Amino acid sequence: MENRNAKAWLYLLPALLFLGVFMIYPLVDVVVYSLEENYESVREVYTGVGLANFSHVLRDPYFLQAVKNTFLLVVITVPLSTGLALLISLGLSSIQPLRKLYQTVYFLPYVTNTLAVGLVFMLMFQYNDSQVGLFNLLIRAFGGTPVDFIDGPYWAKMTVTCLYTVWVVMPFKILILTSALASVPQSYYNAAKIDGTSKWRTFTRITLPMISPMIFYLIITGFIGAFKAYSDEVALFGVNLNEAGMNTIVGYVYDMLYSNGGSYPSYASAAALILFAIVLTITVINLMVSRKTVHY
Amino acid sequence: MKVVLQNLTKRFPNRNKKLDDVIAVNNFNFEIPDGKLIGLLGPSGCGKSTTLNLICGLEMPTSGKIFFGEDDVTDLPPENRGVGLVFQNYALYPHMTVRQNIMFPLQNLKGKDKLSKAEMLTRAEEAAKLVQIDQLMDRKPAEMSGGQQQRVAIARALVKMPRVLLLDEPLSNLDARLRLQTREEIRRIQRNTGITTIFVTHDQEEAMSISDLIVVMKDGIIQQIDQPQKVYDDPKNLFVAKFLGTPPINVFKGKVAAGKLYLGEDAVLQVRGVSDQELWVGIRPEGFVPQQAGPLRCSLKAVEVMGRDTSVVLGNETAVSDPLRAIISSEYQVAPGTGEIRFALKPNKVFLFDLKTEERIPFQAE
Repeated sequence: MENRNAKAWLYLLPALLFLGVFMIYPLVDVVVYSLEENYESVREVYTGVGLANFSHVLRDPYFLQAVKNTFLLVVITVPLSTGLALLISLGLSSIQPLRKLYQTVYFLPYVTNTLAVGLVFMLMFQYNDSQVGLFNLLIRAFGGTPVDFIDGPYWAKMTVTCLYTVWVVMPFKILILTSALASVPQSYYNAAKIDGTSKWRTFTRITLPMISPMIFYLIITGFIGAFKAYSDEVALFGVNLNEAGMNTIVGYVYDMLYSNGGSYPSYASAAALILFAIVLTITVINLMVSRKTVHY
Repeated sequence: MKVVLQNLTKRFPNRNKKLDDVIAVNNFNFEIPDGKLIGLLGPSGCGKSTTLNLICGLEMPTSGKIFFGEDDVTDLPPENRGVGLVFQNYALYPHMTVRQNIMFPLQNLKGKDKLSKAEMLTRAEEAAKLVQIDQLMDRKPAEMSGGQQQRVAIARALVKMPRVLLLDEPLSNLDARLRLQTREEIRRIQRNTGITTIFVTHDQEEAMSISDLIVVMKDGIIQQIDQPQKVYDDPKNLFVAKFLGTPPINVFKGKVAAGKLYLGEDAVLQVRGVSDQELWVGIRPEGFVPQQAGPLRCSLKAVEVMGRDTSVVLGNETAVSDPLRAIISSEYQVAPGTGEIRFALKPNKVFLFDLKTEERIPFQAE
């Protein structure tokens, strides 16, 4: 028995080493950093242990702005992208001609480089002396006042960020949902048809429950993904997100580590742990809800 | 409710557009009497499921008409035909309980047919009682055995009191023991409700055992419609003779000369009224009677004792089917071993078929 245990540990060793070095050590380190007060990275000294870093971060207006931005992004884009993806998948699975073509078209954003997409969006929504974007041309054509969505008012910047995020995350959701829809056996629909079930009722009572596990999967991963948003904002507004007022929590963490020459690993760690707590809470709530509503 | 099919035809376009359409159902004409249990029987690909789908309205016929009683239902959508369909895989909604599954069709009713919640519950309860699953109303389909799921599916089909009940391969997903039990159950439910019932099967034993009438089909064409025993005793052609019966009929290539049937050199039977020709000879396994000086000589290959009967595997050079199998009553002692064994034939168990058309050639025995 002893011998077999030793063998088992031996087999586990490579994975454990890898996990230990790249997962567990950094995790512990983050917690340690976050508790070290007035840490100086150059001299590697600190004055005490406590929650001062957390209270500093929670009072930092840049962080609060980042939290607000991130939450808005999550609350708007997750339901919107999932709902739209469901609509499009339903459409895709009910048409026969050109289905393959549409599927490819809808999948394109997924394989396109984020920064390239961001640049295109920037060009489309810009409005300044040198550049009038396509979107603003349209607004002007309909008699509206052009707005600079890239360097203008907050709501405009938020709108374009949400649009961009929805556009980028939708392909994956469409892919998952079309295959989920295709895996619902035809006989359920035939049975419903013979019983004279209306289209709407067939959708709400049969289709939705049958694909509900996939929908919940998409919502949970969508929440997590949206909370981790950063590169999309950089693509649209450049690296100085604080100045643009469009920073996200992950962006704040990055700034605390690397920008302005100054490095504040303690603040970054505290912010990262706060983000972790938020994501964990939301995911647990999600799982609890899904356990109540997903039936099998 | 009687069901009448008139010149019913269904063509499917071939996927390879250069080839002809596939005719799944070719000019069907038959009438299913009210309150009977009908088995549609045939090998896979013979169009029996398509026929069922045409009757329930999931498929639209290329031409022809379908009547329920006096009503022409050909152009009606499925929900207005008043049919109940039990699917091969039952198609029970996995996220609903048995009660919810059974009530589902009732909740779809609109207008004057709309039922109150209490009425729905009573109806569901009644349907469940009929198929004896009223103890399991709060289970989910995944928590039940195949046989129980089957009953739920039947209850769901019956709860809206259909004019016609359709069953697609109702027993194919059950194990052997459950199959026997369930087919009796289907018979009982059909008798109790008196609903005209059509079921599809490829298993001849299943069709024979519970149907009032069987329809034997091949390649979209009806071969024979009759009571099971009559189809067995009086097959119209070689296909029907071969398709019915376990063990299957033994087929020989023989010839008729001067009113006598020859299998090889042996003149085995007097057959009057048949012109001299080569033909297929079908002999049911129970048509062999061992006899010391019997006219048919066979070699004995194996003896399988089954208690009541003895199954004998034979060899004969004119035989087309392999193996040849005779079922003989155990009162005849057959010594196990090999060697020659001789038989007389029961004339009513011998059928003659045209070599080309494979149609039955009638004859008079003495």
